[in-house]
Amino acid sequence: MIRLNGINKSYVTGTNKLHVLKGIDLHIKAGEFVSIMGSSGSGKSTLLNIVGILDEHDAGEYYLDNTLIRNQSETRAAGLRNKYIGFVFQSFNLISFKNAMENVALPLYYQNVKRKKRNRIAMEYLERMGLAEWAEHMPNELSGGQKQRIAIARALISKPKVILADEPTGALDTSTSYEVMQILKEINKEGITIIIVTHENDISHMTNRIIHLKDGLIESEILNGKQPFVA
Amino acid sequence: MFDTDKWQEIFSTIRKNKLRTFLTGFSVAWGIFMLMILLGSGNGLQTGVEKQFESSAINTIWVWSGQTSLPYKGMKPGRNIQLVNEDYDAVKRTVKGIDKSSSRYNIWGTNTLSYKKQFGTFNVRNVYPDYGEIEKIKIIKGRYINQPDIEQFRKVTTISTQVEEALFKGEDPMGKYITVNGVPFKVVGTFTDDDNNGDDNMRLIYLPISTAQRVFSGDNRINTIALTVGNASVEESKLIEQSVKSKLASLHKFDPADPRAIFTWNSLENYQRFIRLFASIRLFIWIIGFGTIIAGIVGVSNIMMIVVKDRTKEIGIRKSMGATPWSIVSLILQEAILITSFAGYFGLVLGVVVLETIGSKIESPFFSHPSVDLRIALYALMLLVFSGALAGFIPARRAAAIKPIEALRDE
Repeated sequence: MIRLNGINKSYVTGTNKLHVLKGIDLHIKAGEFVSIMGSSGSGKSTLLNIVGILDEHDAGEYYLDNTLIRNQSETRAAGLRNKYIGFVFQSFNLISFKNAMENVALPLYYQNVKRKKRNRIAMEYLERMGLAEWAEHMPNELSGGQKQRIAIARALISKPKVILADEPTGALDTSTSYEVMQILKEINKEGITIIIVTHENDISHMTNRIIHLKDGLIESEILNGKQPFVA
Repeated sequence: MFDTDKWQEIFSTIRKNKLRTFLTGFSVAWGIFMLMILLGSGNGLQTGVEKQFESSAINTIWVWSGQTSLPYKGMKPGRNIQLVNEDYDAVKRTVKGIDKSSSRYNIWGTNTLSYKKQFGTFNVRNVYPDYGEIEKIKIIKGRYINQPDIEQFRKVTTISTQVEEALFKGEDPMGKYITVNGVPFKVVGTFTDDDNNGDDNMRLIYLPISTAQRVFSGDNRINTIALTVGNASVEESKLIEQSVKSKLASLHKFDPADPRAIFTWNSLENYQRFIRLFASIRLFIWIIGFGTIIAGIVGVSNIMMIVVKDRTKEIGIRKSMGATPWSIVSLILQEAILITSFAGYFGLVLGVVVLETIGSKIESPFFSHPSVDLRIALYALMLLVFSGALAGFIPARRAAAIKPIEALRDE
């Protein structure tokens, strides 16, 4: 599903050049549940952004579902994001002036699904998250856990192949974090590849494979659970 | 372009961001409103002054006599110049370009008019038939002085409705005889003459000049010559004025350069002076109006930039959901165009309403019927909408072009 060969990325700020990723080789198969760990500044979020086509890499090859991702236009990147990837963010990133249902339905707007239809589908996903009665509420009326579940519903609605979650539990308390992880696990069982970035050990241990990043390189990989992983 | 789903998206955004919408709309509505008021007032001033000139023909030259102030051919200054019928005939015969003309003979002293037991003091103007057109007199009943009156020395008179009211008290004056300083004259018509300087032109009657000169021992004396110059330009009109002067100078043997022997008043020249004045006022108003529009453009641009800045995070979210840069730009632009058009239209309507209600109530000799060329207002509106769109386009395109990750990081 995702194949990275020698991915390099550096940021230029003024005269300083910050080499964040120094050659990442990674292969993630369809249906995996992976966590990326590392201290802050290790490049884990940058890696996620490159995988999510939110950011571009400088060197190396990135294949998403056997498609080479390289210097594509913004329009094409948008299309790929819409088709393949669902995002879950630490700060939820719900649109504040849209209610829960409209937020969930937003990706379908960019697939030209009619309003009625996409609101109906959004309701189905909200129901799955147990939030049907909150459909008309605005994000600021919801708790952190509810917001994140809405964000997950939004990530799922476009039926993506990959869900990328950047510190999905970072802003949540422990019990809510576990709830959210439980939801992500269930989604993974349906065959959707999930990659989460976290710095919390307990969260990463709920995934099947833990990738440790350090100073822009993969330091170690741990297979978690029973299924053995062969690269 | 017409996509109901997109419009619904836009409407829901507008509904939920009322303050932003209001601020954008307000600067546009205000700009258009002020422009309407400015242009309307300018036009009102102009119509007002033009109306002033309506009370007598605008292409008239008035000539009256004075006293010589320069020595000429051995004659001392200080001679009184008395215009006579022959002067009028000579001017009429020799000066080219005269359309209508009349001389006027005034009877000095108080003139008592009476009918039965009613009497009053009024002015008496003794004229040729053309005078009615020069003064733009409006006949209410009967007729004005005519040519046979002049030729046959008829004792007839055309009286103002004010005189009619004073003497006849509701009785029909037509065919009745009034006495003018004891001499009976038959009323053949009544008139009104709109004059913006009180009712001077209404407190009088007209008599045939030939009759009056004979009856009131005026001999061949006249006091004023009035003539119109048709469609002559100001330059032509001044030429005519000049040749009238030199004709009279040769007849009365005074220096043609003498400023006090003959006085003239050229209404066309004065009218043109006003026209030029108004051209400058209009230019001034346009400059202010242009400034108002610029201020509106700057306001809209500022707000649009803030709006885009404000929405950077939303743009990032949308992009991560798969929004293309173009869909972002068009979303912001269509919203901007929608708001500015509606607000501009609102300002336009409000401006018209204010001009129509308040403007039409202002009663002043120099202000009347303020109005605006709607085409100009529409052009201004289009300019504002366009510049608002342009002002939104540049930051929107930049916002749509930045990496979603940067937009999302924007707090």
